[in-house]
Amino acid sequence: MAIQHRARVFGAAIITVGVAAAALTGCSTSGESSSASTEFTLWDPYPDRDAESTWAKAIDACAADLDITIERNAGNTGDTVKDLTTAAGNLPDVAMVDNPKVSTLADAGLLTTTDDNGFDVSNIEANILSAGEIDGKVYGVPVGANTLGLYYNPTVLEAAGVDIASVTDYASLTAALEKVVASGKKGITFSAVGTEEGSFQFLPWFWGAGADLTELDSAQAESALQLWTDWLNNGLAPNSVISNTQGTSWDEFMTGEYAFAENGSWFKSAADEAGYLSVQIPGIDGGVAPAPTGGEFITIPVQKDTSRYETSAAIVECLSSGDTGATALGYVAPTADGQAAQLAADSSLEFWIGAVGDAKPRTADNLGISYGVISEQLYTAVQNALSGAASPADALAEAQAAAADKLK
Amino acid sequence: MTATQTTSRVAVRDDAGEVAPSIGAISPARPLRSRRRLRAQLTAWAFIAPVVVYLVVFYAYPLYRNLDLSFRDYTLRSFIDGTAPFVWFDNYVEVIQSSTFTPALINTAVFTLVSIVFQFAIGLALAVFFFKRFPLAATLRALFLVPWLLPLLVSASIWAWMLNSESGIVNAGLEAVGLTQVNWLTSPQWAMVSVLIANIWIGIPFNLVILYSGLQNIPGEVYEAAALDGASSWQTFWRITFPLLRPVSAITILLGLVYTLKVFDIIWIMTRGGPGNSSTTFAIWSYRLGFGGGSPELSPAAAVGNLLIVLAFVFGLIYIRTQRRLERA
Repeated sequence: MAIQHRARVFGAAIITVGVAAAALTGCSTSGESSSASTEFTLWDPYPDRDAESTWAKAIDACAADLDITIERNAGNTGDTVKDLTTAAGNLPDVAMVDNPKVSTLADAGLLTTTDDNGFDVSNIEANILSAGEIDGKVYGVPVGANTLGLYYNPTVLEAAGVDIASVTDYASLTAALEKVVASGKKGITFSAVGTEEGSFQFLPWFWGAGADLTELDSAQAESALQLWTDWLNNGLAPNSVISNTQGTSWDEFMTGEYAFAENGSWFKSAADEAGYLSVQIPGIDGGVAPAPTGGEFITIPVQKDTSRYETSAAIVECLSSGDTGATALGYVAPTADGQAAQLAADSSLEFWIGAVGDAKPRTADNLGISYGVISEQLYTAVQNALSGAASPADALAEAQAAAADKLK
Repeated sequence: MTATQTTSRVAVRDDAGEVAPSIGAISPARPLRSRRRLRAQLTAWAFIAPVVVYLVVFYAYPLYRNLDLSFRDYTLRSFIDGTAPFVWFDNYVEVIQSSTFTPALINTAVFTLVSIVFQFAIGLALAVFFFKRFPLAATLRALFLVPWLLPLLVSASIWAWMLNSESGIVNAGLEAVGLTQVNWLTSPQWAMVSVLIANIWIGIPFNLVILYSGLQNIPGEVYEAAALDGASSWQTFWRITFPLLRPVSAITILLGLVYTLKVFDIIWIMTRGGPGNSSTTFAIWSYRLGFGGGSPELSPAAAVGNLLIVLAFVFGLIYIRTQRRLERA
């Protein structure tokens, strides 16, 4: 009995040691990777662009220039924030991060500033760059930017007798939508889905009404949400916008039934092909509403071996200067030179280059990491108001209270 | 009697097959024997080791990590410097006081119970129906398995597409028969109904298959006896099929319960838990907290996950209780 007991304890001990050893070796294998090699890793959210794509070729050209190899790595899940945080011990040399997430990663201490890595950002357009700026420090540079505009279908407008020049503010846009619906066609489609995409699409109207993200329950914010809610209730926008992503919203527009669609510059070529045109989203009383910028930032995550920053900064420089990276990914270039080069190659880009110039990053106004919290409440309020679960005023008041509570 | 006792005592063999002379004369052979026994023990442990390692690495450790995560204030920064202050039950308090808690709890309960009631009832009805052998029964039964074979992503996307307010085939059908369109996925009243319909559809084959195999285990003589006694088919079902199917039903419902509590993909694809919170269950809420919003709240997300585990555990206990009471009765 005693022997049996001793043997059992012994066996259990061996297993415990085995598990512990396995766990320890599991830990120690990560951590040792970046030495003074010429191999650099780039976390690239575009794994679908294969070696033959212009994007991959732009990266290869940079690698050849710098006499290094750049290994593209798509991360594990495609969610850069999740992947980077879980890989904290073994970060890539260069990581491309969706612009509103830059502040989150910077706040976590994962990213180097331009002071650390010695990168010069003076020629990057200020409004695009500000998404990477927190308290005066710059944590990355945009590879390019895109933004939202108002696409329209000239055939539908013409049939309804609407002159696009008459659409200058919220009231005249609503009047145009009413005319279109009266003519038997459909009004406007957009995406108000309950994710970041929903906030992204609502922001032009929110900012265009003069509202501020630090005060979600302002009268201006309410008038913007009331605009959307009325469109839905009066049949000027389809109910499906509540669950539409920007992709499904575009599919609706492509049916040819809709007069307007709020969507991004990334659909430009599809619009050109179908003969659809675009204008900038108007402000509440005329003028142009600032639309949010989209697009990734190229960042340099913290490394143990700080000597790698110099080459990493050169990679970033190579991908962000000029227009090779931006054009390869379908963005407007982040520098004036790059934009001029893009315009020279394709004059039809003029509209979107202008729109990006008027656009504004979501994390601007030094919102930084607060933006994520505020945005979540904002798209929830939009969902509640559009679905009829709450009035726009109540939905926004609740959102402001919740955001304030979380940001305390 | 005495003789057999003696022989059995003499013929006592130890595990290694060695004949031990007698119990009294054990001492001279002891070192050899204990070494053998030790080796036998070690062999046994070697056989257990893989499964123990597997359980520890893939079950015990993640569970411990999730508990640990929920008792700390984990931020993204914690991944870098490894510091996460221990905050006791703060995350649980935050989660329970959240305005999402009550709707999520109600939604989880409604989603689980309604799903199971319909899946089981329809599954049982179909199982009894197919049990009456008729031409094409096997083919039709196989066709009913299709929802089970499809990836959830595909099923959920197709349901979302069919229930779309503007272009969905369901609304087109409603309009064709003169009814007004229903905002299936985008109104707070209907979003839960829509995800329930999809989930019930997906769960029917599972219930059908298990209950059908349960029916095959009910001896035919019982039905013959019932037929001789002149029982109607209604009586046959309630007096014979249903009671005899009870053990199989219980396991079907328990598995369905555990499966339904954790359903995430169908709801996420169809409504993202929305509009607002109207189809947010605990599983959706946990994901939203951790990875959905702009600011990852990993610790509250872990707390919600743990509440879900506790909920499943409580249901499990209730099930075992009822099971015992039924057996006793």
